[in-house]
Amino acid sequence: MDLNQDDLSAPHSMGTTIIGVTYNGGVVLGADSRTSTGVYVANRASDKITQLTDNVYVCRSGSAADSQIVSDYVRYFLHQHTIQLGQPATVKVAANLVRLISYGNKNMLQTGLIVGGWDKYEGGKIYGIPLGGTLIEQPFAIGGSGSSYLYGFFDQAWKEGMTKDEAEQLVVKAVSLAIARDGASGGVVRTVIINSEGVTRNFYPGDKLPLWHEELEPQNSLLDILNTTSPEPMNM
Amino acid sequence: YPYVTGSSVVAIKYKDGILMAADMGGSYGSTLRYKSVERIKPIGKHSLLGASGEISDFQEILQNLDELILYDNMWDDGNSLGPKELHSYLTRVMYNRRNKFDPLWSSLVLGGVKKGHKYLGMVSMIGLNFEDNHVATGFGNHLARPILRDEWHENLSFEDGVKLLEKCMRVLLYRDRSTVNKLQIAKITEEGVTISQPYSLKTFWGFSAFQNPTQDAEGSW
Repeated sequence: MDLNQDDLSAPHSMGTTIIGVTYNGGVVLGADSRTSTGVYVANRASDKITQLTDNVYVCRSGSAADSQIVSDYVRYFLHQHTIQLGQPATVKVAANLVRLISYGNKNMLQTGLIVGGWDKYEGGKIYGIPLGGTLIEQPFAIGGSGSSYLYGFFDQAWKEGMTKDEAEQLVVKAVSLAIARDGASGGVVRTVIINSEGVTRNFYPGDKLPLWHEELEPQNSLLDILNTTSPEPMNM
Repeated sequence: YPYVTGSSVVAIKYKDGILMAADMGGSYGSTLRYKSVERIKPIGKHSLLGASGEISDFQEILQNLDELILYDNMWDDGNSLGPKELHSYLTRVMYNRRNKFDPLWSSLVLGGVKKGHKYLGMVSMIGLNFEDNHVATGFGNHLARPILRDEWHENLSFEDGVKLLEKCMRVLLYRDRSTVNKLQIAKITEEGVTISQPYSLKTFWGFSAFQNPTQDAEGSW
């Protein structure tokens, strides 16, 4: 088994599933909660959706350290910008600041980010900033290693002009599908909804997510199963 | 190393100016990740820039050129940067980065018309540059240029030019895995720039041999 084959044309896959979706009136950001160091799960309840300003949040994937430091810098710059501007920063400005740092340090950083938010000029917007620092505005964006399993899903399930609840359900379903198949994604599904009214955080624990193929209904114990199916002892 | 990459750009000189075609794909390794990336942009009044390779580097170049054009306009001296000057500038930028072992991982196609004079050139990521009647980047070099060598001629009409480019793009669609079936064709003439809306090409799969290719050769594949 060739463990260290570095195929230059293949990008690094990143632990995580992150999603950003626009809907009729704002955006919904979603992410899983698993942070892994190699095969060990260092944090099973991390929060990968980070606040940049009151109205702009970012989903982080890839290196935890890199994504955190980029978020910190952008938050700092945006804060200063807001003071100078005298009003909330736009999503576009936030996204461009992230791009500036991602592109300028492309050789050092290994983080893919999805910037999403709401401002009064353009409404809800999602910007994807993958490895390398390309800035690309999209109606929806997916990222992280888990996203590989969602391209087909979104090709089929995405539609323009969804309601807030439709969008959030789509995000939760998608993250949960990715968690089912991606070893580097897991835990809970967190969503953040941003619109003109403000920001809402939601939390969907692992046991509340739908079950997919070959997954079974969780039980407390085998004993419960045995007791409900038959009162007689097991027959061999 | 490149992360998000665009595939080929093909361009030709025609009767009234330059025609340039590129698909709208941004690949991420082998995944066709982004399907609405505009890889041809107008620069100033006289030029079009198309790029393949790393998209983030293309975006950075566009920002640099924005500044250049701004300064150019600020001079307000009646003169404006034409395609030849821009090509020269880009060549210097690309070559200097190559010398620092930190290249901008893109191949650029620069076309334009100024004062009736048509210009079409290319710069590679190592600063190799040249001017010609027809150019292509990436896979286009191997698939499109032979077609263009055969079928290009002086004073192509707009319709013939578009058909020729579409022929090249269709071959690229069939034979280049990173080409996406959504493309734009851009035109630049003395009057100005037009970039078409995105559209898709029809493909042909009706060869009888395609139906059952191993029919006459049992056991082969």
